[in-house]
Amino acid sequence: MRLDWTTILLFMALVTLGWLNIFAAIYDETANQSIWDLSLSSGRQLMFIAASLVIVAVINIIDMRFYETFAYLFFGLILVFLFLVPFIGKEVGGNKAWIGIGSFGVQPSEFAKFITALAVAKYIGSVGFRMDNFRNQAILFAIIGIPVILIQLQKDTGTALVFTSFILVFYREGMSPFLLIVGICAAAIFILTLLIPNQLYLHGSILLILILLIALGKKKIRRIVILVIGALIISGMIESVDYVVNNVLKPHQQNRVKVLVNPDIDPLGVGWNVTQSKIAIGSGGFIGKGFLKGTQTKFDFVPKQSTDFIFCTIGEEFGWIGSLVVIGLFVALLLRVIFLSERQKSRFARAYGYSVACILFFHFAINIGMTVGLFPVIGIPLPFFSYGGSSLWGFTILLFILLKLDAHRSQVLQRI
Amino acid sequence: MNEGRREIVQFVFVLVGLIFLVKLFFIQVLDNKYAELADSNAILRQVEYPFRGLITDRHGKLIVYNTPEYDLTAIVKDIKDFDSARFCSVFNLSREELRAKFKEMKRRKEYSSVKPTLFIDQLSNEDFAKVQDRLDEFPGFYIEARTTRAYTTNALANALGYVSELSKGQLERDDKGFYKQGDYIGQTGIESFYEEQLRGKRGVRFKLRNVKGIEKGSFKDGAYDTLSIPGQDLVTGLDLDLQQYGELLMKGKSGSIAAIEPATGEVLALVSGPSYSPSLLTGRNYSTNFSLISNDTLKPLFNRPLMAQYRPGSIFKIAQAMTALQEGVITPETRIRCDKTLIGCHPGHDNQDLRGAIANSCNPYFLGVLRRMLNKGVSNSPFEDTRIGLAEWNKHINSFGFGSKLGIDLPNEKGGLIPTPSYYDRAYDNRPWKFSNIYSIAIGEGENLVVPIQMANFAAIIANRGFYHIPHLVKWIGKEGKPLPKYAERHYTTIDSSYFKIAVDAMQQVVETGTGQYRARLVDVIVCGKTGTVQNDPLPAHSVFIAFAPRDNPKIAISVYVEDAGQGARAAASIASLMIEKYLYGKTKRQVIEDYVLAGKFLD
Repeated sequence: MRLDWTTILLFMALVTLGWLNIFAAIYDETANQSIWDLSLSSGRQLMFIAASLVIVAVINIIDMRFYETFAYLFFGLILVFLFLVPFIGKEVGGNKAWIGIGSFGVQPSEFAKFITALAVAKYIGSVGFRMDNFRNQAILFAIIGIPVILIQLQKDTGTALVFTSFILVFYREGMSPFLLIVGICAAAIFILTLLIPNQLYLHGSILLILILLIALGKKKIRRIVILVIGALIISGMIESVDYVVNNVLKPHQQNRVKVLVNPDIDPLGVGWNVTQSKIAIGSGGFIGKGFLKGTQTKFDFVPKQSTDFIFCTIGEEFGWIGSLVVIGLFVALLLRVIFLSERQKSRFARAYGYSVACILFFHFAINIGMTVGLFPVIGIPLPFFSYGGSSLWGFTILLFILLKLDAHRSQVLQRI
Repeated sequence: MNEGRREIVQFVFVLVGLIFLVKLFFIQVLDNKYAELADSNAILRQVEYPFRGLITDRHGKLIVYNTPEYDLTAIVKDIKDFDSARFCSVFNLSREELRAKFKEMKRRKEYSSVKPTLFIDQLSNEDFAKVQDRLDEFPGFYIEARTTRAYTTNALANALGYVSELSKGQLERDDKGFYKQGDYIGQTGIESFYEEQLRGKRGVRFKLRNVKGIEKGSFKDGAYDTLSIPGQDLVTGLDLDLQQYGELLMKGKSGSIAAIEPATGEVLALVSGPSYSPSLLTGRNYSTNFSLISNDTLKPLFNRPLMAQYRPGSIFKIAQAMTALQEGVITPETRIRCDKTLIGCHPGHDNQDLRGAIANSCNPYFLGVLRRMLNKGVSNSPFEDTRIGLAEWNKHINSFGFGSKLGIDLPNEKGGLIPTPSYYDRAYDNRPWKFSNIYSIAIGEGENLVVPIQMANFAAIIANRGFYHIPHLVKWIGKEGKPLPKYAERHYTTIDSSYFKIAVDAMQQVVETGTGQYRARLVDVIVCGKTGTVQNDPLPAHSVFIAFAPRDNPKIAISVYVEDAGQGARAAASIASLMIEKYLYGKTKRQVIEDYVLAGKFLD
């Protein structure tokens, strides 16, 4: 058995940097603190890291076939847990996403990620699965849809959105890119509508494009009708953006979208997070203020500075160079995971590997995107960095199951 | 079918990473805005105000010092179990007033529920003593101390000036950026003239603060902090006892007393009447009192010794005599008839020599003197002749410090007026003028204007037999200062010092036998003086007297102006002699004269 040490080194680098930055984020010069102090987040994070190493050991002891074999069983169990959380869970930060075990709390939704990944991979890897089969596709979407609904019931929109990253896995496994293209187009239209206050310009340009397409292409009735219907749908979507923003989204979500478009609308109110986060990162300059020398994060100007906004500490204290290192490590890890996935001999392992990559990527993109003001504020952690046991353990399990599968890749029969 | 999809996924991953790095490069490296915002977020600039310099008199007696003043501040978040009834009784407020105080506080620009905000400003000492021990009953309320000016005397208000919040205009004129809105600055008087020395240097501390505004230690271990440096103390040449006595004598009168030590130019007393107590323009009642004082029709803020311009009157005859002697147009023995055809005169004398003419203040004599001086026959044209003569006359008169500011160390000094040829050109609209047009300047009437400090300086010149030091209040700056070089310099007149003996003789005669009469005389010391009665129709004349004493090695030179008080020999001569007596002996023995002055009925 040979574990992939490149991945392990990247993992250890990220976890260690995360731990240092958690200490920096909460550091109070006047209090004479120690990074080891268990009453501080940094001390507890170290415990979580130690526990995750135990988890890594356990994952490696267990037979590799265990994960595929019991994927559906785990999936069933986690659905039960997710269903129960709103009833037996305790409320933390407005979300009822925690189950208390003694003084510790765990977040079942963090574990739902790797379990869903296992279930998705198992289904994709099952005999007779065809991506172009509508029934197969429907079941796949159900596998990711059910946890999304249950998690959304806990009002944890961020984690629920993570499951959309599986669409990228489906794409890799053969799903038509149509859904992705439609999704990207819809997102583009949504953002354009928010950015351009006068929607007449948008409607006008759609009309212009429609006329051009009709004039330049073949003059078949069928084609013209399809183009006109398409244009009408897009115009309808533009008209519905306001409705969606104002009626479907909750007030705090509306604000987050509005702040993204114009962070200055209310810098002390709804724009506070984004504004302060950008100030913290922006003030770091090229080489940063130095470890423990940041002022914005440790003086609480940035909210949630050790969890969702941990990247601010990196930006402030280590500057652009530090950001480059961290982003570089993440991209390297993602590419390494893709590399590992592609060398798997089973479709299950490959689909699982892509799930790992896509889940990590989604967190990475959304989290950093939100701290630098490229994305609305969605409360999801930066993998391996953010403070918190459940999220660290969830990501560790996610990654190390892949490493376990990879270590035994030669033992499986090629089925692809 | 799935070919290239791996690369597309990889491409997306790398692309997102690159987008982040570009965006980060923009906000971290290219845009300085965020660094500045971060500093204004977390760095608190705290100004430390230095103590303002103290002011003492010539004997080291304290005149102006600093006294702590107490503001009551509140941190609203920390207010607990607030007993409003108890609070009202301790602070002597009604419920409505208390409610108003809270409203007022919350309206303040700097108001924050987590930072101390002004609640009651400038508690009096009594209030402070009363509430100090009970403050712990009201958590969330704090006392903040700062200093204001305090005075050991009710005198000297105009000379000292006052300190108050600087105005918008002053803030705009401050091109060095020293002041901020809300700072205090010396307004008028010594406080203004020596503002730069008195104010000291402010210190700045940079402190880190968290999002709640709570301090979290010093910025970079205080590397950018500066300590405040207290202002320098000023030692004046004023004699506080003499000053207070002068103000007592001037009580209820309009006018001024200026007393100078001739040998040094140090101002011993500078009285302006009417005046006010300097304590009124300090502390919590400043604004009420200021509007009262500045609206007073008697103008107590008008610093008469420096700003009131009067015609010099008969005293000017001494300067005329000196000038004529220097020009050689007369000798001490020159006699001129008291011819009253052009100008009136007092009865009882005729055809006197120079000393007699000064002692009796003979108007026709000095008319003749001026004629000889202005019309020397240098030119055949009487107009041109007068012009040349007047220019020479100007040179001498100006050397006595008339016609321009002396340069005393106080603001708002006036220079008076000595008419020059170009002045008369303007006055006569370039039509020709000659001696017969301008002769009233001969006896100190006409266009001449002088200020009282110039007249005191004139007395000092005669006392010194020909020179003066620029009159000044401040002897030196700092604890072990040296005399300021500007004031150590002797300014000589254009008159030969031997001629001054005649002036001294004449002034002695004025006091002993002439118009000065008995009120100016002292038993053990020879006082030299000269009366002046400045016409002020239709009101009674201003009473003027200049004097110095003792005759030899003089210790004090003085000018006294009492407005609308008639003859110089009465009000002004009495006050001047009392001041001299007080200064030389430390007390006065002539109760009758003092009572006469204090009663103030000079016209009866």
